Amino acid sequence: MNDAYRKIAMDGLWSNNPALVQILGLCPLLAVTSTVINGLGLGIATLATLVLSNVAVSLIRDYVNPEIRIPVFVIIIAAIVTVVELIMQAYFYDLYLILGLFISLITTNCAIIARAEAFASKNTVFKSFLDGLMMGLGFLAVLVTLGAMRELIGRGTLLADAHLMFGDTARWITITVIDDYRGFLLAVLPPGAFIGLGLLIAAKNALNARLESKTAAAPLGEPLTSTPGA
Amino acid sequence: MLFRHMTFTALMLGAFAIIATTVVSLVNWQTQPRIAENERRAIMENLNSLVPATQYDNDLVNDTLAVTDPLLLGSKKPLTVYRARRNGQPVAAVFTVIAPDGYNGAIKLLVAIHYDGIIAGVRVVGHKETPGLGDAIDVDRSDWVFSFNGRSLSNPTVKGWHVKKDGGVFDQFTGATITPRAIVKAVYNSLKYFSAHRDQVFANPTPTTAEEDS
Repeated sequence: MNDAYRKIAMDGLWSNNPALVQILGLCPLLAVTSTVINGLGLGIATLATLVLSNVAVSLIRDYVNPEIRIPVFVIIIAAIVTVVELIMQAYFYDLYLILGLFISLITTNCAIIARAEAFASKNTVFKSFLDGLMMGLGFLAVLVTLGAMRELIGRGTLLADAHLMFGDTARWITITVIDDYRGFLLAVLPPGAFIGLGLLIAAKNALNARLESKTAAAPLGEPLTSTPGA
Repeated sequence: MLFRHMTFTALMLGAFAIIATTVVSLVNWQTQPRIAENERRAIMENLNSLVPATQYDNDLVNDTLAVTDPLLLGSKKPLTVYRARRNGQPVAAVFTVIAPDGYNGAIKLLVAIHYDGIIAGVRVVGHKETPGLGDAIDVDRSDWVFSFNGRSLSNPTVKGWHVKKDGGVFDQFTGATITPRAIVKAVYNSLKYFSAHRDQVFANPTPTTAEEDS
């Protein structure tokens, strides 16, 4: 049982990461990640939506006829996104002004309906919750990493506009890495997002290949995996 | 049998729609006051960036008037005008205006016009335009909105009150013409409204609490 949970976690964070492996939800991912804070904001909103929608779908999975399950999932996801949007407008208004359109676009993030259909409609509430959490964290990690890359190269800072999220007391978090940096517009514009995501996917694949060759080169006497097919 | 199954399925879908709508309405009802307060605060900050506090001595935020003109101001609902005065003399009026024909719905604007009909400044306070393309109307993203400063009904003339693509004097953005076009039109219409109603706009110099519920 424990192994199953570990597999869910590994899937979401690494081996089946929604952004790097499933390549889902790219529209908001590419458009919003011009800074760390933007990435973090959209990441948290997506994470909340994913967890809530997975739990809701899992709760009703035995009661909904297969014919209408997709429309019902869409209704649930749209309602959750609207709620998340309203809450953001009420409590993180400045950040909402920046992320604006992309919050409601979370509804169309395929990663969310994909998890509802592929996982939550077939698994227990707790497993679905865990899956939503891990997939959401995996997505969030990519958003923040990409945001950091683009912000650093494009503007020479990290965590700029932190006050939009954490209030005025958080202004000190902003790090100016390179003083008097002219900026590199390409990194901030959409092409920078595509190039950055490409580099991230390539880096992940390279790392995987290295790990695999290491495992293959391990001494023959050592067992490779403890319990296959857990 | 089939009919019963279909009816059941349809009712179930309807039930989910009702539940989802109820949840959204409840959250909306709970958060609405806070959201309205947030918008109000943002407007206050914007007002002072258009009409500096040194230029007026009245209570700008509360010296308001509600005006309705669907044709020129872009909304069927009453819109708020903030009136700046100094020693009782009118200084400028700040209109909340809707540009109804943005690329992605209505764009909310503040248009500040001096008493002599010259624009003090324009700010976009709410929009859903495409990030990276249409959002250059935001003062944080580009200084495009400053191109309205100092303009009036006669500067440029009617022909000039368009984006360059349509033969006017205002820049459009690469990949986004509809957004600046909508704003240029809305600003021009507010000037027209102001010139036709200037005295009404500044009438009633003592602010009364009755007007604040706009």
